[in-house]
Amino acid sequence: MTNQPSPKSTGSPNIATKLDDWLDQRTGIDSILHETLDEPIPGGASWAYIFGSGLLFLFVSQVITGVFLALYYVPSADHAHTVVSYIVKEVTSGSFIRSIHAYGSSGIIILLLLHIGQTILYGSYKGRRELLWLSGCILLALMLGMAFTGYLLPWDEKAYFATAVGTNLVAEVPFIGPILQKLLRGGDQMGTLTLSRFYVLHVFVLPAMIIGFVAAHVFFFRKAGAAGPIREDPIKPKLPAVPFYPRQVFMDAVFAVVLIGILAIIAKAIPMSLGPAANPADTHFLPRPEWYYRPAFQWLKYLSGHWSLMGGIFLPALLALIFAGAPFLDRRLERRPRRRPISVGAFVIFLLAYISLGIASYRDDYRDPGMAVQMHKQDEDAKAFMQKPFVPEAAAGSPVAALAAADPKVLKGLAIFQAQSCNSCHGEGGIGTAAAGPLTGVGLKYTDAQLIALIHAPNSSMTNGGMTPVTLKAEDLEALAAYLDTLR
Amino acid sequence: MSAVGVSALLAIPLVRFSTYPLRRRATETDWSDVGPVDEFNSLTEPLAKTITLERRDAWQTTSSQTAVYVLPSKTGQFRILSPICPHLGCSVRWEGTQDKFICPCHSGSFTAGGQRIAGPPPRSMDILESRVEGGMLKVRYQYFRQLVSNKEVMA
Repeated sequence: MTNQPSPKSTGSPNIATKLDDWLDQRTGIDSILHETLDEPIPGGASWAYIFGSGLLFLFVSQVITGVFLALYYVPSADHAHTVVSYIVKEVTSGSFIRSIHAYGSSGIIILLLLHIGQTILYGSYKGRRELLWLSGCILLALMLGMAFTGYLLPWDEKAYFATAVGTNLVAEVPFIGPILQKLLRGGDQMGTLTLSRFYVLHVFVLPAMIIGFVAAHVFFFRKAGAAGPIREDPIKPKLPAVPFYPRQVFMDAVFAVVLIGILAIIAKAIPMSLGPAANPADTHFLPRPEWYYRPAFQWLKYLSGHWSLMGGIFLPALLALIFAGAPFLDRRLERRPRRRPISVGAFVIFLLAYISLGIASYRDDYRDPGMAVQMHKQDEDAKAFMQKPFVPEAAAGSPVAALAAADPKVLKGLAIFQAQSCNSCHGEGGIGTAAAGPLTGVGLKYTDAQLIALIHAPNSSMTNGGMTPVTLKAEDLEALAAYLDTLR
Repeated sequence: MSAVGVSALLAIPLVRFSTYPLRRRATETDWSDVGPVDEFNSLTEPLAKTITLERRDAWQTTSSQTAVYVLPSKTGQFRILSPICPHLGCSVRWEGTQDKFICPCHSGSFTAGGQRIAGPPPRSMDILESRVEGGMLKVRYQYFRQLVSNKEVMA
């Protein structure tokens, strides 16, 4: 702690003390630990204060599991779904790690609601804590951004369509909406650039901003000091202060173990499912956002058409402004909830509205028979996809890829071409041999119907060459014609 | 401190997740076509042939091309050599004028049958498994560990 050599204690100091002195003189570790752990808490430790550290713990868990998931992930529209199904179906513990990461985002939102709710009820944004509150508001927005950008990355049906809807909302912003939307999507439509942009936001931009604002948030918290129980004066607490270490540290650690335990149990019991790959041509899919976005989703159903600007942009923006302005609007130092009916009442009304909108959204889906059937089908599709073994993707440019990309009808035609030994005269791929002319370009000369007729009843020049009439089922002849069409 | 806590609690699945390739069962190497047997019946010296390898690469199947040497057969039994030098993995070249295989990197040399003559390679050139099926010569392409005196397949 000091720059002077520490005075010799009586007797010979043991090796641990010596090591500590050596390290402390070079790093100042003792004063850092003192600063970190001896934070005074008015009124002492309490289980009521665990949410902030719980959030930090879950965020770190998201960072660590996210970094590990990036070992296998590829942010490209043609591979993203394959690699996520590879993680889930092939890689050891892959489903578990992905589930912890996916459910962790829900955990963060729940803790955010508790942390913010408590701050409002306890009035602990008061007393020179405006910047602490504002940095928290920004963190809330950034976390919602993380949830939104992460949702797209598996590129399955729900990810694709939910993001399509979400990014359509951006276009409603006055004046710059269409430009913003194009920028976010990396083009007019959702595609590989959308995925790449969301990935960069999700793993580089937003996490970096979150780390910066968490640092600011903690700094502002330490600067203002813990607010303590609700009866306390937020600026000059009267209760005796008890250091953060060891009791509060112990409580925070217990909570962290409980959090990761709950996540692990859910991840084991109900692994996060992955639906079939996004198919933009699917017109039946009903996109639904994650549960915490459900109220906003329902809200937009009520305010659609020319009201959507109001419902989708203006009202949420106004709400966000009032929310961010709480410490400026509610300036008295009174902290007891009963004596602050307006701010606490407004929060309770918001919470009730939020919950009822969410419930209404789920109720609508189950009440409408058409929707219920489709929602059920989507769940079944995802379940069925999870049951199927992993199918590797053929690398671009390989012969396997060319076959995999081909129309099944063409593949069937090729199989018939080989099975009927057409290739023994016409050559592999219809290149033509001494016995029979090349078939390349034959599809340009004749229509499919003419081709089928010729195969079925060859003309005289063909029979002279040794061609025999081919008798096959109509659908097989069509497949054969489809294959011949591809010989260009 | 949170990072230490999270890492400790998730350590086992995270280690298993990131070391997954260690536990993955080695995929059975596929047989590749070298060419019709007739093509090799009258060989007088080693012939380089390009083969196509279909291989599983994590979540993809890729096809790549590589060369192998088909040796002249005396008894109708074909032998196929890997072109990879057992020293440090350079591609060994057939020098017809000298009747030798020579590695261009460190001048290792081998007989026309792949026996080590001189230079740093610790063993002779590696023989690949081959078989004839329906008039087609096939090879099972594998990689072997370098710098050791015994042929060891790399998983």
